[in-house]
Amino acid sequence: MEAYINLFIKSVFIENMALAFFLGMCTFIAVSKKIETAVGLGIAVVIVQTLTVPANNLIYTYLLKEGALAWAGMPDVDLSFIALMACIGVIAAMVQILEMVLDKFFPALYNALGIFLPLITVNCAILAGSLFMIERDYNFGESVVYGVGSGFGWALAITAMAGVREKLKYSDVPPGLRGLGITFITAGLMALGFMAFSGIQL
Amino acid sequence: MSRTRQFLDKLHPYFAHGGRFERLYPVYEMVDTFLYTPPDVTSGATHVRDAVDLKRVMTYVWIATIPCMLMAMFNTGYQANVAMEAIGLQSAPGWRGAILNIFGYNSANPISDLLHGALYFLPIYIVTIVAGGLWEVLFSVVRKHEVNEGFFVSSILFALTMPPNAPLWQVALGISFGIVLGKEVFGGTGKNFLNPALTGRAFLYFAYPASMSGDAVWTAVDGFSGATALGLAALGGVDGITQGGISWWATLFGFEKGSLGETSTIACLIGAAFLIYTRIANYRIIAGVFLGMVATSTLFNIIGSDSNAMFGMPWYWHLTLGGFAFGMTFMATDPVSAAQTNMGRWIFGGLIGFMTVLIRVVNPAFPEGIMLAILFSNIFAPLIDYAVIKVNISKRARRHV
Repeated sequence: MEAYINLFIKSVFIENMALAFFLGMCTFIAVSKKIETAVGLGIAVVIVQTLTVPANNLIYTYLLKEGALAWAGMPDVDLSFIALMACIGVIAAMVQILEMVLDKFFPALYNALGIFLPLITVNCAILAGSLFMIERDYNFGESVVYGVGSGFGWALAITAMAGVREKLKYSDVPPGLRGLGITFITAGLMALGFMAFSGIQL
Repeated sequence: MSRTRQFLDKLHPYFAHGGRFERLYPVYEMVDTFLYTPPDVTSGATHVRDAVDLKRVMTYVWIATIPCMLMAMFNTGYQANVAMEAIGLQSAPGWRGAILNIFGYNSANPISDLLHGALYFLPIYIVTIVAGGLWEVLFSVVRKHEVNEGFFVSSILFALTMPPNAPLWQVALGISFGIVLGKEVFGGTGKNFLNPALTGRAFLYFAYPASMSGDAVWTAVDGFSGATALGLAALGGVDGITQGGISWWATLFGFEKGSLGETSTIACLIGAAFLIYTRIANYRIIAGVFLGMVATSTLFNIIGSDSNAMFGMPWYWHLTLGGFAFGMTFMATDPVSAAQTNMGRWIFGGLIGFMTVLIRVVNPAFPEGIMLAILFSNIFAPLIDYAVIKVNISKRARRHV
């Protein structure tokens, strides 16, 4: 149990997807203008990440890894070279299914998330979650925790970013830096604050 | 009319609209309004009447740091003199030696201590003022806003967080980063979201760890190395500090190694009392930081640990060690980067206290945590305000259905 809690804390704070690895920057910067939408997108990322990382974990362990096909009588087959493609496919399919399910059963949430849900398909933080999971050899339980944690960490970062940007609406930024420029600087300074956690050993 | 006033009035046409130095008007305005209350009054329909304006607020904060400045000079000199006695050094090198040889290097002589410390503190402070001031004036001239006394405060706070031995070019680089990227790119005082002084300090800390951390930088004597009290504590807990010959009272009054202005808790608390009395600093933030620190350190005391001695450190040690009191008094209370709602200030302060102890105890990479804790909480301050306002709105909506 303690190992899972440690992994969760690590994935939320120490290895924060957005502010330690700078992953998912396109959505991080594009959709962080308002706190409400940032929270919506954050929730969507948590959901998708929680579904795709374990799903990819199962597919990788039982279909792709070297010797994974032993149950089918093919112990020498190593399909790990298509792991990248498989992950992308799984994420795209999962997001599609999730979209349809939400449309059918939770129209309110579907409307709230709007365009962000399909956008998540191309969010590199999602793909990175699955690839990190493969690289670090997480088992199924760990992959669930890592999925929730990394998604939550990213959601936390984008919500904080949106808060800062709402505050910065009252700023008087030099014309050349308005828009993307100041947002990049803001993200960099936020990462400086998140350095507080770097070095914690769990 | 006084002579200074007459002189300033005589200069006024040169800087006013159409004058020869029109572009430099912010510089003139800075000197003028620093010395005299501006005659301008608000003419709009709604306005606040208050004797205190931003300039006076900033000047008060600067006054509040005077005890810290004095202790910075005295303690730095005292530590240096003690260190020189310890390694048998007879004279300080370079130009400092030429001046100090007159007064000697006796650690029991307060004048010698004060002077020795001043020769390290003043160069750092002057470089900070000059380098930071250049940026401030440049931005105000180009962007046509006033030179603001916010810089006055940022520069003294930045200088006080430097280690005594900090190379001066790094001091200049750090304050430049803090002023330009921490403040001016957002439009100047009041428009930033991180504390500018701490932004510069954190930048230096990560860019030049060799001259901002470790054992060799805390005493203003070359070739002498001694750990700070927190550095000792990271290895051996409270026992490690007392075995290092530092008592709790010494850390309270500030006779220990550390950054220039941070060592003396008493000096910081005098400043805090002044700031709270003049209502410049909000007591809720200070109380929040303190309570957050007490709660978290007590929690760690109860949990306990066999391998990490920092778990057992009680709250009154956390209070006096390192830069906690300094950060709590001067950095966390920065009205711009802190939370703006009253409830939010409690939460914001609590988060700083919690994070400080967490970093000190759990993170082996950094012995001191207050700097990063404040920066981290600055990031979440707007979010805390947002949540407080939302809760308040829904509470009132429920009351009036």
